[in-house]
Amino acid sequence: MTEAQARSDEAPFDAVVLYTFTGVAALLSLLATAFTKDPSFRFAGWTMLVAFLAGFLALSVGMASGRLRSDPTRYADGVIRAGVIATMFWAVAGLTAGVLAAAQLSWPGIFYFPDAPWLNFGRLRPLHTSAVIFAFGGNALICTSFYVVQRTCKARLAGGVAPWFVFWGYQLFIVLAATGYLAGITQSKEYAEPEWYVDLWLTIVWVAYLLVFLGTIWKRKEPHIYVANWFYLAFIVTIAILHLVNNAALPVGLLEAKSYSLYAGVQDALIQWWYGHNAVAFFLTVPFLAMMYYFVPKRAERPVYSYRLSIVHFWSLIFIYIWAGPHHLHYTALPQWAQTLGMTFSIMLWMPSWGGMINGFMTLSGAWDKVRTDPVIRMMVVAMAFYGMATFEGPLMSIRAVNALSHYTDWTVGHVHSGALGWNGFITFACVYCLVPWLWKKERMWSSALIEWHFWIATTGILLYISSMWVSGVMEGLMWREYTPQGYLANAFVETVAAKHIPNIIRTLGGLMFLSGALIMSYNVWRTIRMPGDVKAELPAAAPAPLPAAAE
Amino acid sequence: MWKHHAKFERNSIILTIGIIIAVSIGGLVEISPLFYLESTIEKVEGVRPYTPLEQAGRDIYVREGCYVCHSQMIRPLRDEVERYGHYSLAAESMYDHPFQWGSKRTGPDLARVGGKYSDSWHVDHLTDPRAVVPESNMPPYAFLAKQELDYHAIEKHLAALQRVGVPYTKAQVTNARADLEQQVDPFAGEASDLKKRYGSKVQQRDFDGDPSRLTELDALIAYLQVLGTMVDFRTYKAEDPENLR
Amino acid sequence: MTGLVYEDVARFAQQGGTIYFGLVFAAGLIYALWPHHKEDFDRLAQLPLEEDRDDV
Repeated sequence: MTEAQARSDEAPFDAVVLYTFTGVAALLSLLATAFTKDPSFRFAGWTMLVAFLAGFLALSVGMASGRLRSDPTRYADGVIRAGVIATMFWAVAGLTAGVLAAAQLSWPGIFYFPDAPWLNFGRLRPLHTSAVIFAFGGNALICTSFYVVQRTCKARLAGGVAPWFVFWGYQLFIVLAATGYLAGITQSKEYAEPEWYVDLWLTIVWVAYLLVFLGTIWKRKEPHIYVANWFYLAFIVTIAILHLVNNAALPVGLLEAKSYSLYAGVQDALIQWWYGHNAVAFFLTVPFLAMMYYFVPKRAERPVYSYRLSIVHFWSLIFIYIWAGPHHLHYTALPQWAQTLGMTFSIMLWMPSWGGMINGFMTLSGAWDKVRTDPVIRMMVVAMAFYGMATFEGPLMSIRAVNALSHYTDWTVGHVHSGALGWNGFITFACVYCLVPWLWKKERMWSSALIEWHFWIATTGILLYISSMWVSGVMEGLMWREYTPQGYLANAFVETVAAKHIPNIIRTLGGLMFLSGALIMSYNVWRTIRMPGDVKAELPAAAPAPLPAAAE
Repeated sequence: MWKHHAKFERNSIILTIGIIIAVSIGGLVEISPLFYLESTIEKVEGVRPYTPLEQAGRDIYVREGCYVCHSQMIRPLRDEVERYGHYSLAAESMYDHPFQWGSKRTGPDLARVGGKYSDSWHVDHLTDPRAVVPESNMPPYAFLAKQELDYHAIEKHLAALQRVGVPYTKAQVTNARADLEQQVDPFAGEASDLKKRYGSKVQQRDFDGDPSRLTELDALIAYLQVLGTMVDFRTYKAEDPENLR
Repeated sequence: MTGLVYEDVARFAQQGGTIYFGLVFAAGLIYALWPHHKEDFDRLAQLPLEEDRDDV
């Protein structure tokens, strides 16, 4: 450390700022951990203390060795490589949690552990959803946005070590949230479960992310901003708004993990589903379309079919999506005018959604032969098809009469998984298959056959998953409302639980197949990284030394 | 050069502001009237803030993620009303920070589960759901009966709720600890301070079948037993014009 | 508080929302179809295809 101080006059300014920040944060975590009376908060305090100390030490070493200087003539790809690895890691973790949760519903006698409450379904499900959406999806979005914004602006990422702060800060957010769920620290708002201190931390990281992204755009050499960056920017800005409004809560004390939402009852419900639906919109749709608008043309070697369409459907999509939240609250105590508004805009959403899908498909015109020969293109096509299907099914389910049947049932679960596994999962996998050879300077992936295996196993898994959930969802919805000829309810609730046993097992199997695909892919990615590179990569200058933070 | 630079920045700022405007209006138009529209929440009698023990139980309900599988929102559909009881009113969750309406019924709705089953049924069911309902796939919660309730900050909890809008009185906040302990005291009697502060309908007994300890199970069952019991539906006229929304 | 009633809010939200959406949509459409932008858009549509290099 003394060595670091001796050289601090040479160290870049951004690194010094971050160095100070991690030091102060470590000290604050230590104080919080020492003085709190709340065991949950102490647990979180320890996690933060370890993380900030590790960051502090890594920065000390980095500054001492003078490796934190950034070369403005080169793209910052180290942080993207780290992001790709994190994406695959969290994919496997999140999918595993999902398979375990599905197994619990199928075989409750085997997969529940009475002495381990932290593995109960109620704590595991938020872990699964957050891990796949925010950890797997979030890492994929951060790393692809860093890749795309640099290439389309022809500028290195802004902020020196700031992108690394975004990367590691985001991992800390994930770890705090995930361990919190298992320990029972939650504010119970779906897809916004982390407690107030985790929310505050994410806010800091997110502001840094926005600044890095905007700062890179400001350095661009091209007067226009490429449309993929519009989608990424809408994602970053809107998620910030949603996050701040929905998570407004009053902590019980500064050293207590628990907080209470500022809103109650019906207002809280609408704010939550305004958030919840737009998490789907601005986390799982808008930025994934950004991925589509860069990686599909690039891989297919065809220009974007209609740039104009991309602009029109961008504005329509972000405008209409924000109104659609109340369709999650049909027939509830929410006033009906709000329900009607939500339903109307949900149906209108069909158009801009399909605008995006059509633009993606048409970009492939003239390159359709590649669907047969290139499994990555095929994965993209299937992803866009699932996007189109899910965005057709969504408006359908937002119609009040349909929703009366589908709400509260497995149909909803099937619907979100056709979007999440088919669209988000496949487009991400396809982009990672593109990125790995590009980032590690290889000709191609290690095994094309393994990509084929991944594709077919995962596709079959998705089909098993969503068809079993359709069957069980429609079945239980109909069973709940079934009457005997004498006018009595025909089924006790538990009979619908028993009737879903077989669909539950098929769903578990489908999830297991999707997980297997991700494992095959991880192996393939690992072998690709370890492959001997092409000649260009052997030159020392082409591969800048990874930043020391990567060693954490 | 600088001129160009300034222009670049302007484009990205215009884009950012355009995005903010496009996404803000919808939320504002939908959400803000709910805070001002008087008919959003019906005028009903009987809904009161939770007692400290019930609130502690609610915190456990939240902690365990019960909302993941159980809704607390009965829709005005014939089968639901016959299965679960009167459809849910907005007023019934007006002190719920956060709301627990849920989005999925892997298990049944719990909006009116209060009083439907005995305390000892809940004890058995939460300890081992399949001992009572063989087809159930609910997780076991045996640990709740073993775990002493941690209420070191219960006054702070009520004070925080008071600050976000729950009408707790000063006496209710300062006596939170005593009220919490009194609710599980089987000998507290009809004239207890708790009943004076929260009304005579408050259920006051040992909930988990083990009077020697105050466990998390006590709190959770106290919460479950009050769910949906506050409004007297003999006095609520759904057809009255002021209740049409 | 204020004398907001259901009908007013419903009318404002539904009619106002439709008009506002029309305006946003028209603005997007005009921007996208503005002849002056065509050249830029054609170039931008090719942007991902440019050869990927390590240096800026």
